[in-house]
Amino acid sequence: MKEAINEKELLKGLARNDKNAVETIYREHYKIIQTLIINNNGLADDARDIFQEAMIVLYEKARSGDFELNCQIRTYLYSVSRRLWLKRLQQLNRYSSDLVSTDNVVAVEDDLEEHNRRDAEFDMMNKAMGNLGEPCKSLLEAFYLKKKNMQEIATDFGYTNSENAKTQKYKCLVRLKKLFFSHYKK
Amino acid sequence: MNEQNDLMILDAVERYIRGEMLPDERLHFENLRKSNSEVDQLVVEHTLFLQQMNRYAERQDFRHTLHDVHNGLSEQGTIDIEPAKRGRVVHLWQKYKKVVAIAATIAGVTAIALSMLVNTVAPVTKDPKVIELANKVNEIEIKTDNLDKKIQHVDNKTNTTHNTDINMAVNVYGTGFLIDPKGMMITNAHVVKNSRNIYVENNRGERFRAIVLKLDVSRDMAIIKIDDDRFKPFSALPYGIRKTTSELAEPIFTLGFPREEIVYGEGYLSAKTGFNGDTLSCQISVAANPGNSGGPIFNRNGEVIGILSTKETKTEGAVFAVQSKYIFQALEELKGNPLYKHVQLSTRSSIGGMDKVQQVKKVQDYVFMVKGD
Repeated sequence: MKEAINEKELLKGLARNDKNAVETIYREHYKIIQTLIINNNGLADDARDIFQEAMIVLYEKARSGDFELNCQIRTYLYSVSRRLWLKRLQQLNRYSSDLVSTDNVVAVEDDLEEHNRRDAEFDMMNKAMGNLGEPCKSLLEAFYLKKKNMQEIATDFGYTNSENAKTQKYKCLVRLKKLFFSHYKK
Repeated sequence: MNEQNDLMILDAVERYIRGEMLPDERLHFENLRKSNSEVDQLVVEHTLFLQQMNRYAERQDFRHTLHDVHNGLSEQGTIDIEPAKRGRVVHLWQKYKKVVAIAATIAGVTAIALSMLVNTVAPVTKDPKVIELANKVNEIEIKTDNLDKKIQHVDNKTNTTHNTDINMAVNVYGTGFLIDPKGMMITNAHVVKNSRNIYVENNRGERFRAIVLKLDVSRDMAIIKIDDDRFKPFSALPYGIRKTTSELAEPIFTLGFPREEIVYGEGYLSAKTGFNGDTLSCQISVAANPGNSGGPIFNRNGEVIGILSTKETKTEGAVFAVQSKYIFQALEELKGNPLYKHVQLSTRSSIGGMDKVQQVKKVQDYVFMVKGD
């Protein structure tokens, strides 16, 4: 019972991107995933990639408000990682019908489908940002990612005042939206 | 709507969505939204965009956390299982060191003996294929070297553009359109003549570097070419370029970038000559603004009949265009350069039978914003 409460708290922390929560989960569950990957034709770097992607799936699930985990974090991460690794092996043409696994698994197909959709959206934005060039990329990152205000941005980027920075930000934003939507609407 | 207006509206939309408006302003904006469907549409679109942007930002942040945590734990040695494995290998190595050494020696001696044997037995001809291959490898190396240099060159170039990008005040901009599918374009000479760096941008926001091939100030015409590896050539252009003079009162339309968005305009051919009887150009009646310069003028068959160039300041609606037949002449003059000897302009348009909406849809990918600094 106590463990269940703890896990709930951990997930709340995870949803806030709280470093302590992330570290606790990492510390407790990384090794078992690493063993799974390495016992199934993987390397330490693969284990790292797979575990972090599984963490992103868990993070996005935890953020989606109405989320309730009906199994332990360990089982969830294990099930997701297992699916992700099977898929990776398939892509590398090293498909094995099943993995040597030791733990219980739960169905995670729906969550992974949602994750894939978000993954594609993330890539679209990432690509649009990448095609933007400088100074637009840094300027928009400062505003939307680092949440700086226009005054700070004007100072950082050497604009004479925040109005000029705003005009430049507008031009960059219009371009970013075009780049993004030209893929998104397809 | 001009650019300043666009900026204010998008700014208002963003503050509205982010909940940064005061109650009065908010009420005012909500009324505007109800009465103006364009604004409403922008709110919907921008909400979606900001949502995507937030998710993007969140995931980036979370990835950073994961990265930091992983490195932290890895330094502490709490998550690595590698040392145990390596330990076993080292142990094995020490145990069988001698055996391995002896085996290696035997293998080495056998290999040398074998290769000597092969050398004496095999004929001593040089296989031309091998040499060819080597040359190829060399060639490839040289090519990669060149590529590296080019990439660096492009990098340098982009860096300079980026730096100058900040000083938008010195920028000039206009419109240009492709005259061959591989990236050759026409714009006005006055758009590019004082610029060191030129780039073109399509309506999807993709930006490419371009260079000036030919500048003809007397006709106010410039041939430029996209010089950027990221540009993927088209297979063909949907429009042709007209060789003969057009008829009076012929309906025309233009596409151009008077602001950050492509803008359509329509009108008719009002005179066969230009300002003060200038025979190089013709007069059209269409709404045009700075930034439209260099844009194509299409007739109803989807043929380019001219290049929008100047506007008479005193008479409203009188716009002058360079006649399209001079594109052929300018290109002929360029053909002295062997690189461009084989460029052929198409006079045939594949969009003749379509309605205007379809025509515009087909041609807008071939019309670019031209910027210089």
